[in-house]
Amino acid sequence: MSAQELPAQLAELVTEFHEVPEPDKLQLLLEFSRSLPELPARLGEHPEELEQVTECQSPLFLAVELEGSGPEAPVSLFFSAPAEAPTTRGFASILHEGLNGLPAEQVLAVPDDLPERFGLTKLVSPLRMRGMSAMLGRVKHQITALQAG
Amino acid sequence: MAAEAEHNEAFAQYAHPQRLVSTQWVAEHTDDPGVVVVESDEDVLLYETGHVPGAVKVDWHTDLNDTETRDYVDGEAFAALMSHKGISREDTVVVYGDKSNWWAAYALWVFTLFGHEDVRLMDGGRDKWIAEGRELTTDATEVTPTDYPVVQREDAPIRAYREDVLQALGTTPLIDVRSPQEYTGERTHMPDYPQEGTLRGGHIPTAASVPWARAAAEDGTFRSRAELEAIYLDEVGLTPGEDVIAYCRIGERSSHTWFVLTHLLGFENVRNYDGSWTEWGNAVRVPVAQGEARGEVPGAAR
Repeated sequence: MSAQELPAQLAELVTEFHEVPEPDKLQLLLEFSRSLPELPARLGEHPEELEQVTECQSPLFLAVELEGSGPEAPVSLFFSAPAEAPTTRGFASILHEGLNGLPAEQVLAVPDDLPERFGLTKLVSPLRMRGMSAMLGRVKHQITALQAG
Repeated sequence: MAAEAEHNEAFAQYAHPQRLVSTQWVAEHTDDPGVVVVESDEDVLLYETGHVPGAVKVDWHTDLNDTETRDYVDGEAFAALMSHKGISREDTVVVYGDKSNWWAAYALWVFTLFGHEDVRLMDGGRDKWIAEGRELTTDATEVTPTDYPVVQREDAPIRAYREDVLQALGTTPLIDVRSPQEYTGERTHMPDYPQEGTLRGGHIPTAASVPWARAAAEDGTFRSRAELEAIYLDEVGLTPGEDVIAYCRIGERSSHTWFVLTHLLGFENVRNYDGSWTEWGNAVRVPVAQGEARGEVPGAAR
């Protein structure tokens, strides 16, 4: 479970979750859920441009934008989930903070077992964690599609 | 000391009106000695975003499921949980939660496995409480640990195992409370929900399809007894008093139906098959029916 191969801003979050004692991990996830940025107006008004992550227990929509092309192109991530789905919002917020702005190749290289590295599986249940895997999968998929397109 | 049942005309129509309380009753009685309000949600963090003042949280996955065996916690663990939540054996426990009390009903069913006598649902659940503009708080609830006795679970009366279902095939009516697409076999998980890995889609032969949420009204409260009877008696063909087994995917949605049949309609022997489709759809050589028809028990079923 080393965080070495993760981009620094993501590795920091993994470390943060590992450093808080067990009972406070959920509280930390809750704080992340609160800090998920709102969608920019241009996306908020065009929900059709967002992709729904149907694997999540609650409605979650995401959009990916690339600034330019090539492996160095920075990735912008946008997530939207209702307030009554704090766990889903928390996962989205972690991905946002950990991946937003990174070059495309770095996001694509994030290991697929990322969700398991936060030490949340026992507290949150494997089923719930799967939502985060699905979000990561779809982010990567969209980047690949944008690069190909 | 258990609290008195709520005198509420809206509940008088049901078989066991004492199993329901209104949001108003909760607002008035949360501080009563002998009353503990429990929130139980699908989302493990929802309670933390704000809960009924004085309510404690019980999570279906992290508190009620055993971490190793696919089973519920044992008597020791349940007693420890109750003690930790400040619940005494004689207390009135009122459970509420998100999504029309779906998970709250599951928690109530598990409490019933341990024979906790007085456990009720707050009709309409969390959504109704919020819709009425009632107070939510993020303040931690102060709990005084109790000395809850170790009581062994008694599964037989309300829980069916796979063997029980096989034995009941063709004689005991089954209710499949999943979505129509899961029932027909078109999909093996809830629409919009994660795939939970079942190898076969479809339903247990003879099971009638009644998606659980049909028992809930728009505002999350239970439908009237007449409406429920129209569904379960007239449409499905259940006879009052007969044995019934309900199942879904892991036993949570069917707990809601178990509550409806047992406490609202007064069926005396309803069992929840919590192994449900995640067990049946993976089991070797059990019969499976696909499509909209209930299907028949094959001769070589056993």
